Amino acid sequence: MRVPLSWLAEYVDVPGDATPDSVMAELVKVGLEEEGSHGFDVTGPVVVGEVLEFSEEPQTNGKTIRWCQVRVAAAGQKAADGGDDVRGIVCGASNFEVGDKVVVCLPGAVLPGDFKIAARSTYGHVSDGMMASARELNLSDDHAGIIRLHELGLDPKIGTDALELLQLTEQAAEVNVTPDRGYCFSIRGIAREYAHATGGEFRDPIGNAHPESTSGFNLKIEDQSPIRGRQGCHRFVLRSVKNVDTKRPTPPWMVARLKLAGMRSISLIVDITNYVMLEMGQPLHAYDADKLQGGITVRRANAGETIKTLDGQERKLNVEDLVIADDAGAIGIAGVMGGERTEVSDATVNVMIEAANFDPISIARSARRHKLPSEASKRYERGVDNNVAEYAAARVVQLLEVQALGTSESFGADFREHIEQTPIWLPVNFATELVGVEYSAEETVSILNQIGCVVATVDGGYEVIAPSWRPDLTHKTDLVEEIARIGGYERIPSRLPVAPPGRGLNAKQKNRRAVVNTLAGSGHVEVLTYPFVSASANQLFSANKIATVKLANPLQGDADEMRVSILPGLIDAAKRNLSRGLTDLAIFEEGSVFLPAAKVGANAELPVGNQRPSEAQLKELNDTVPAQPHHVAGIFTGNRTAQQVGVKSVESGYADAIHAVRVLAKSVGVPVELRQAQPTGFHPGRTAEIVVTIQGKEVVIGVAGELDPTVAANHDLPRRVGAFEINLEQLFEAAPKVIQAGVLLTMPAATQDLSLVVANEVPAGELLSVIREGAGDLLERVVLVDDYRGANVAEGHKSLTFALRFRAADRTLTQVEASEARDKAVELAHLRFGATLRA
Amino acid sequence: MSAENPISQPAVDAAVSEALAAISAASDLAGLKAARQSTVGEQSAIAQLNAQMKSVPNEFKAEAGALIGKARATLNEAFAAKEAEFWAVEQAAKLAAEAVDVTAAPEPARIGARHPLSLLQDTIADVFVGMGWEIEEGPEVESEWFNFDALNFDADHPARAMQDTFFVEPVESHLVLRTHTSPVQVRSMLSREVPIYVLCPGRVFRTDELDATHTPVFHQVEGLAVDKGLTMADLRGTLEHFARIMFGPDAQIRLRPSFFPFTEPSAELDVWHPGAKGGARWVEWGGCGMVNPNVLKAAGIDPEVYSGFAFGMGIERTLMFRNDVKDMHDMVESDVRFSEQFGVSI
Repeated sequence: MRVPLSWLAEYVDVPGDATPDSVMAELVKVGLEEEGSHGFDVTGPVVVGEVLEFSEEPQTNGKTIRWCQVRVAAAGQKAADGGDDVRGIVCGASNFEVGDKVVVCLPGAVLPGDFKIAARSTYGHVSDGMMASARELNLSDDHAGIIRLHELGLDPKIGTDALELLQLTEQAAEVNVTPDRGYCFSIRGIAREYAHATGGEFRDPIGNAHPESTSGFNLKIEDQSPIRGRQGCHRFVLRSVKNVDTKRPTPPWMVARLKLAGMRSISLIVDITNYVMLEMGQPLHAYDADKLQGGITVRRANAGETIKTLDGQERKLNVEDLVIADDAGAIGIAGVMGGERTEVSDATVNVMIEAANFDPISIARSARRHKLPSEASKRYERGVDNNVAEYAAARVVQLLEVQALGTSESFGADFREHIEQTPIWLPVNFATELVGVEYSAEETVSILNQIGCVVATVDGGYEVIAPSWRPDLTHKTDLVEEIARIGGYERIPSRLPVAPPGRGLNAKQKNRRAVVNTLAGSGHVEVLTYPFVSASANQLFSANKIATVKLANPLQGDADEMRVSILPGLIDAAKRNLSRGLTDLAIFEEGSVFLPAAKVGANAELPVGNQRPSEAQLKELNDTVPAQPHHVAGIFTGNRTAQQVGVKSVESGYADAIHAVRVLAKSVGVPVELRQAQPTGFHPGRTAEIVVTIQGKEVVIGVAGELDPTVAANHDLPRRVGAFEINLEQLFEAAPKVIQAGVLLTMPAATQDLSLVVANEVPAGELLSVIREGAGDLLERVVLVDDYRGANVAEGHKSLTFALRFRAADRTLTQVEASEARDKAVELAHLRFGATLRA
Repeated sequence: MSAENPISQPAVDAAVSEALAAISAASDLAGLKAARQSTVGEQSAIAQLNAQMKSVPNEFKAEAGALIGKARATLNEAFAAKEAEFWAVEQAAKLAAEAVDVTAAPEPARIGARHPLSLLQDTIADVFVGMGWEIEEGPEVESEWFNFDALNFDADHPARAMQDTFFVEPVESHLVLRTHTSPVQVRSMLSREVPIYVLCPGRVFRTDELDATHTPVFHQVEGLAVDKGLTMADLRGTLEHFARIMFGPDAQIRLRPSFFPFTEPSAELDVWHPGAKGGARWVEWGGCGMVNPNVLKAAGIDPEVYSGFAFGMGIERTLMFRNDVKDMHDMVESDVRFSEQFGVSI
């Protein structure tokens, strides 16, 4: 809400030196957050001048300019800029005549957009100033010609300060109005709050309006199908004004205030209804009374009914829409937008003014349905004072009489639905108990009275009737907020509550931290990507089409699904880094992926707020929520080790991915096994499935290896891209709750090397397992140290060398014992894989 | 007359002094090894003297043994000293030869980093875990009931439309990308016994285009306490403690009246940030308030018995003013240089 300061000052005491900032600083104390300040951005000297004479001079560019002599000060006196009383000015407009009073911007003036006025040579003359259009002064969009002051009903003296005359020195403060405070979408509401903040006197603008009883117009309120049991219309006032002069201009002060409040000047009648709406918060509508056919009925739209609204759109109405209709059909969508058929125009003579109040929900739904958020619907959705309609209508009538020279009549209508107001019960200590500040009975009552409540003090508390402009006050806690707010939040003391002893992070949270910290600690850089991906990216790593969660309103049309894998996001992240010249990457992300729920939508009726659903309802509800397991994934490009002093570069690849998985699994105490595999999207020869044991069953929890080079190429990545992705939920299932320590043997160890020749197809990992099995308990550790192929090894075979370390629990092991164990390993390897000792 | 004692003081002294001369004559470790052979080896004078022990009369045996022992000790000491001397010289040469330019040391391994947004969430979680609070999480694709209805957002209230919500297809699924971490409050209250003190960090979504200060995907941290007798003073005390840990002992907080459907009274929260770049100032930090009785009821908690407070703030925003991050793009573009600035601490 934008608040012109002089307008505010009419209804509350505002210091003479107030600025938008000082006003906002007061309003923020009572909960109206500052948004910014607004002005016309024009500085003088800008004065009233009179056109003395002009000559038209056609130019070679096809334009005709006027070379004018303009009086800008009384004869013989200095002008406002200290210069001559008559100026030569070049003007491109041709809408004026000799003798017109106009607005002259003299050298030194600055117009919006930091446009500095100076005497300058143009079209063969020195133009010593500028005659301004309304747009050049930020007053309106009108740039058809310059301002002729008599058209605005003004005949000021030559040399008068035009900024003061047109109120262009006015400034406005803009505050954010929260959705519970509809009444603050008015000068009336803001003035009231400003009074609360400053203690200044509030003068209710309804005091300026004098409603008169009206009757005789045929008005029917017929809501056949209330929404959620609420009548659509509870107040409807119609006032008739005859013989208005639509040719009259809107007075400049009204134009300036409307403009500062963010509204365009349209026509005198419309401007007046907008002005009163801004002042009192009551949306208003003016009908051309001569276009109305018969009486007015407020009803729900009929099936198939249409209306052409003020914006020229033909709209299909919904049977839920509340409409204003005359005998020939709908003439407005209630509270949203009027119809074209009964619109006021230049030809309008007689006007019917509507000031009504509608149910917020009905209006909100219609505004959303027709995508027509309007100044009126904004106010109705948030609740309009139910007692202000007659005052607002009276104020419009009064302005039409004064400004448009119309005559008011008692002809009209006044419908008021009686609404029973039940008092809110406020126990005596409740505010203190909730806020922690001592509020005396006097203060409590005083604050509630200040905001307009009627308070009855009874035994043990207060019975409070909220004011008509505060439909948001329905519960005792709402009253507490008012007491705390007006009493001042700065009075709330500080006390640190003591929570019961906590259990720290849970196992999953600890494990997730272990994984990300270990990856970061072992050379990987964490990144966070958006979980929005394209349909094709979501299928990149799935052999069969996988079901996905789709967005109804994605920001980018091609990223309209929630990820089922983290890798596509990381691929994009890698691509972006590479494009910035960062080529050696080891990046990872931990986060959720999204798998659609089997069930779409809960059937059970869920309670609307304020009531706990049953366990069955909750279960059904939770069954509709997609599974969102946490994954961790990583991507490697470029070099693992850069070329350095004494060090050759080492390229990244599958080994980095597998290492990352081993490291992260180790961080939560889970042994992993690798299995050669060909998952979709990965290099068929350089990728492993990651296997863990969960409750005695082997489960594949992810993959590690290299991206399929075609996938890499399609995403502008280099040929070798290491990649892994692990389902952390499953990894953590495999993790021991408590790791049980083994016994560390301290007797001397015996070490031996073992070279076995096997067919190339035999996986080293399996051979290693067999060696472990064959060698038995004495074997403490075995690692693969070499893979040799070539001379002295048969074609199609490889020689794998393992380093073995043996140790006994109770004695120093002899080489003979170690050799015996080794030989058993060789025997088993021969049996399983035909392995032979390398000669 | 007794037999003559061949292991006499003079004979031993002579052998010792001959040996010492040989030791000191050695010019390197090899020479010293040779000297050891000739001076204490089997053919050495001292060994030959010792070999005569059997011809020493019994009454002199002890004395002779002592003489030989002392002589050997003297020689061993001399050898050790000489050896140490050579070792030192040799090592000095070796060390000189092994010297490298340490400023050119290669990196044998990569250096990793955490993303500051996730680090900051952990840091905040630790503050509250230290106070006995527990950490709760919930789904990011969430049922509308949890995201709105249970939080007192009426289906037709403008506050609901103001949330700029991502909806999931089909509309009948009634699923949204959670617009705040507040649904976790409701889940916590439904699953836990009162008293409840939980912190809910996590990722949330709004249909804002990415620019320098907005991102459609961002993070919040939300706190919820439900207990007997909680007041806004407890809310303020908790926020003050939190602010001081995050921004230093001089941090303060300020509450301004505001509106949220799920709290009443509600407040905007500003923090006095003493370490702000460009000078200490008030910064808008988040929202808070006393849990709306309708929300307590939606979770089956009797608002006549219990009260609660809740607060929430944006992690991105906190990172921006706490760590002087100027552009939201840096937080979402996955440029490794951004994370690398922070390492694993923040």
